[in-house]
Amino acid sequence: MGKMRSRGVSCALLTSGLLLAAAGAQAGASTPAMLSNACAGCHGTHGESAGPSMPSLAGQSKAAIVTAMKEFKGIPKKDAEGKPVLDKDGKPVLETRTSTVMGRLAKGYTDAEIEAMGDFFAGQKHHSPAQAVDKAKVAKGAELQEKHCIRCHVEDGKEGKDNSPIMAGQWLKYLQVQMDLYTGGQRKMSEKMAEKVKPLSKEELDAVLHFYASVK
Amino acid sequence: MTLDRRSFLKFLGAGVGAAGAPMISRAADFMPKKGRRVVVVGGGYGGTIAAKYIRMMDASIEVVLIERNKQFISCPFSNYYIGGLISDLAPLTIGYDKLTANHGIKLVHAEVTGIDPAAKVVATANGNIAYDRLIVSPGVEFRTSEIEGYDDKTDQAIPHAWKAGEQTILLRKQLEAMKDGGTVIVSMPLVPYRCPPGPYERVSLIAHYLKQHKPKSKVFLLDANSDVVAKKPLFMKAWKEQYAGIMEYVPSKKVTKVDAATKTLFVEGLEDHKGDVVNFIPPQRAGAIAVKAGLVEAGGNWCPVNATTFESTLHKDIHVIGDSCLAGAMPKSGYSANSQAKVCATNVVALMNGKETVDLSGINVCYSAINDHESISVAGVYKVAEGKIIAVPNSGGISPVDFSQTRLEHLYAESWLKNILTEMSS
Repeated sequence: MGKMRSRGVSCALLTSGLLLAAAGAQAGASTPAMLSNACAGCHGTHGESAGPSMPSLAGQSKAAIVTAMKEFKGIPKKDAEGKPVLDKDGKPVLETRTSTVMGRLAKGYTDAEIEAMGDFFAGQKHHSPAQAVDKAKVAKGAELQEKHCIRCHVEDGKEGKDNSPIMAGQWLKYLQVQMDLYTGGQRKMSEKMAEKVKPLSKEELDAVLHFYASVK
Repeated sequence: MTLDRRSFLKFLGAGVGAAGAPMISRAADFMPKKGRRVVVVGGGYGGTIAAKYIRMMDASIEVVLIERNKQFISCPFSNYYIGGLISDLAPLTIGYDKLTANHGIKLVHAEVTGIDPAAKVVATANGNIAYDRLIVSPGVEFRTSEIEGYDDKTDQAIPHAWKAGEQTILLRKQLEAMKDGGTVIVSMPLVPYRCPPGPYERVSLIAHYLKQHKPKSKVFLLDANSDVVAKKPLFMKAWKEQYAGIMEYVPSKKVTKVDAATKTLFVEGLEDHKGDVVNFIPPQRAGAIAVKAGLVEAGGNWCPVNATTFESTLHKDIHVIGDSCLAGAMPKSGYSANSQAKVCATNVVALMNGKETVDLSGINVCYSAINDHESISVAGVYKVAEGKIIAVPNSGGISPVDFSQTRLEHLYAESWLKNILTEMSS
């Protein structure tokens, strides 16, 4: 991480701060940088993670970050007619994404703050971490992803359709942990994803993850 | 506590003649200040981050980081070493080379001996350093004078191991040398102290070690508090289900006297507890330099600060972050110090550029291991309301009490350490 990079990033920080100010933030409101810098203790400076089980957020798509945060917080469940489902106390039932600390943290932010954080991290430059991947698995995974994943995890996972996350250059360990949560039933897949994942064996899924981790 | 001008000068030993003479001679100013300068005292969880973020946000501000040690050893995760989960302190140790080179931070390895808030000068063993704004992040100092029988050598026989390094290694050595069937006593002070869950994690990991290697032994936790003050239902569950018979929690035992020679702790003149290994964690206050500089509130132990800028309410242009400051709802943790450092850096840069300050948005995330493959956590989000730092309502909290996440949290905890230390060192 040279000086060049830091300088580029501080420009990005300033710009996003100014944008928010220009948009007429109310007095005392936080800035995207103020909100997002607090995340760096776990996710790395500017969201560039140095810990294999912790996802890098730098350069992730805004839609994926915002979706993840809102799912951590809990999205009100709706019935077939689109009406919110209420529990016995009349409170809306929330559908939440399985997490450890993230659910507790996401509840501390408004939707507007989550959007601001999404902008901040999406605006950072992604650097793929140096990590070991299995070459044979990468080759096998490259073929499998073209057949099964490419519609949503576009261009070797370098882009995400709609709110699908960017997979390219993510930490392998993080991807494996999440895939285990998915296949173990602790994290819910979208119907589209479930359909694509179903025919793949554990080894094949792992090959796909090695492929994504290998993309620079 | 405040040093007046006269005693400060005496303290410095600076040569000053008649009244009105310059307080600190030019010759002693070993780093003449040319442009705008922030001096940061203390290169730990708070200081490194404050120095780095100021430089990232405004490279036209000179930043001088003063730290007496060549390396920093993390207190978070030092219980891993004490409990035998890691075999050396290398994963907890960082240097300053990359940080200072990457961000153009000027590092001075020296002990800070005094601060003159009026002259805006920091005195070090190497000479004086002038500042426009000063950020003080000195951690904690032990209030050993309140403990009868405690002297300079006490911690060699009964280590505190509450500042990581030699003390951590000493406590581990004592545990290793103890015979099976021995008694370990950990004693912890009343709140507030550095790292609320730390003592509870420590006894858990000592119990984990004993269970595996010295199963006839027992560890007692003498808590000065009347109840477990952090992650209570989680620790209670771990102790009951995993360490019954090997670990015992004893509340309301405030140790007031120690005898290092016999490894005995005395509780308010009422009873005494003798151990084969004794880990006495003394009561604490703001770091020594903060006390010396008059940054501590009258009749208290900590430094009052503005909740947005972390500027001392007692001395202008001096900011206090980390364990030393009174940060409302934010606990005294490494992550809090990291988060506060960024808020402070943002607002120091704003103030130095005549810009509006930005209200705090802070986070704390703290993991505690309960054995070699399970961890529990507490997490919180903080903001400012009516001039005070509060936890954002309806957010934060502890891990699920069914322990459904403990293995995953143990894995995430390792990346927590890697990321936070990488942030500090690069």
